[in-house]
Amino acid sequence: MASLIAPASHVPNEDAEVLLKACKGWGTNEKALISILGHRNAAQRKQIRLAYAELFQEDLVKRLESELSGDFEKAVYRLLLDPEDRDAVLANVAIRKSGDYHVIVEIACVLSSEELLAVRRAYKARYKHSLEEDLAAHTSGDTRKLLVGLVTAFRYEGDEINVRLANSEADILRDAIKDKAFNHEEVIRIVTTRSKAQLMATFNRYRDDHGSYITKDLLDEPADEFKTVLRTSIRCINNHKKYYEKILRNAIRKVGTDEDALTRVIVTRAERDLNDIKELYYKRNSVPLEQAVAKDTSGDYKDLLLALLGKED
Amino acid sequence: MADLEALVNAFTGLGVDEKSLIENLGKSHPEHRTSFRKRTPHFFIEDERSFERWNDHRVKLLKHEFMRFKNTLVLWAMHPWERDARLVKEALKKGPQSYGVIVEIACTRSSEELLGARKAYHSLFDHSIEEDVATHIHGSERKLLVALVSAYRYEGPKVKEDAAKSEAKILANAIKNGDKKNPIEDEEVVRILATRSKPHLKAVYKHYKEVSGKNIHEDLDASDLILKETVECLCTPHAYFSKVLDEAMSSDAHKNTKKGLTRVIVTRADVDMKEIKEEYNNLFGVSLSKKIEDKANGNYKDFLLTLITRDN
Repeated sequence: MASLIAPASHVPNEDAEVLLKACKGWGTNEKALISILGHRNAAQRKQIRLAYAELFQEDLVKRLESELSGDFEKAVYRLLLDPEDRDAVLANVAIRKSGDYHVIVEIACVLSSEELLAVRRAYKARYKHSLEEDLAAHTSGDTRKLLVGLVTAFRYEGDEINVRLANSEADILRDAIKDKAFNHEEVIRIVTTRSKAQLMATFNRYRDDHGSYITKDLLDEPADEFKTVLRTSIRCINNHKKYYEKILRNAIRKVGTDEDALTRVIVTRAERDLNDIKELYYKRNSVPLEQAVAKDTSGDYKDLLLALLGKED
Repeated sequence: MADLEALVNAFTGLGVDEKSLIENLGKSHPEHRTSFRKRTPHFFIEDERSFERWNDHRVKLLKHEFMRFKNTLVLWAMHPWERDARLVKEALKKGPQSYGVIVEIACTRSSEELLGARKAYHSLFDHSIEEDVATHIHGSERKLLVALVSAYRYEGPKVKEDAAKSEAKILANAIKNGDKKNPIEDEEVVRILATRSKPHLKAVYKHYKEVSGKNIHEDLDASDLILKETVECLCTPHAYFSKVLDEAMSSDAHKNTKKGLTRVIVTRADVDMKEIKEEYNNLFGVSLSKKIEDKANGNYKDFLLTLITRDN
């Protein structure tokens, strides 16, 4: 369930006026910004951007970029983009940074087939290359094959499961992982083409037959990039809420806090399932997520995150 | 009997000449038919009990020829997405000789058309295209074909000439070392062919000639068929389609090859038939219409000709 609290209806023009007033003159009225942006869903935010552009002949995003700074500005920017645009930007940043692909794996494995498609479209429009093109050019070997396979997948989304197939593919995965040579081809084929329902059945079968969960087996030495990417993709496919809870937990626990991760998870999941992730967080850490975030962040950045987490004004 | 020749012609080629059959067979007397049966040993066999029997195999072939018109109609009326999805499924079932059809669909359709085919595939077969392609193909072509059907290429005109030049070199090297390692198993070859935009690939094609001295498809032979078809579909699609059409109409064409005539005309009639006709004329020195007139019969022929002359 979403954590974002937005009114059932809003008046885009009024919201746009509030935002303009917040930016006018010396300094910025961040509280006013947060009261609007932290409480509007994606469709409403889009309408506000359009209304702002029509009324004031200015791009709201550019305006706010110039007014704000730091983690708060980054969070507002991510919030204002359309979801698919946002993910396209995140993917591009990840590709250029290179070395850490978990953001790309998240996008490819957590989103639905149609949502992933929208991201690929937005990526093309923004960067004049296809996502797979840039990803392939910046990676190599089996990691490349796995990542490109993940982002180009257009998985069947039905619930049908073929039990026999789940058995045989669980065995294939087990043999591949246990084998010193670790044949990646079949693993890549299975993980990048099968439907999510089929994969979950396969992973369950793996655990039933072989005692340990597949991601535990992938932790065996030697660790390498391919195994890391593979593990992340399996975790995202199997239970992405649990995956996100861990990301948040690590982001907060880390000395200094990983604001990028914090922003990413909260902004991208606020309208989807952040409430469920909050529950998982509380169960695991015995302290509410809002409390942990409030302790580790400050100022307007903190207020925005808390608003997205469901704090009423 | 002049009618005998006409009668045999009505059954020869692609499709059947319904009018001629009605005229000749419909109006024939019993003696004419006996004479027909006795003088066409490839249609009728002399049975030991003194009568002429239909050759079963020939009847089966006739069934296919009669069905050609119906199949063309059904394919023509179909939504392009369903059409492409079904063509891929059929190619997967038929096996390696038909993988060229998968290459054709993955590489000659626009990004959105290919996407549509993938959606239709979900609805029709409860699996994703890439899933089935990966499951059914075990040989060296698997990686390339899965990558080709998963592509969602950028479609704008922007091309980086430097990248195109260096990628032409990469391709040339991979092909030169083809006897040591199959080029389509080279991950760089797959990357370039399956992710780059078509304008970019056309630039690569151009630079290849400068790097290697020959055009890329001249450096490839029959053992690199899938690679050759991939390059042709991506860089010179009209020449590719012309060749498929010509092969379909050659006298000793395999029955799967013959289906190329229907497939290409039905799938391209709304898209780039005019360019294909021009290229066909360039390559083979005869107009496509004339060739179809010669090699096809009856309703099937008329329908095809109608499709290719629609904008004239």
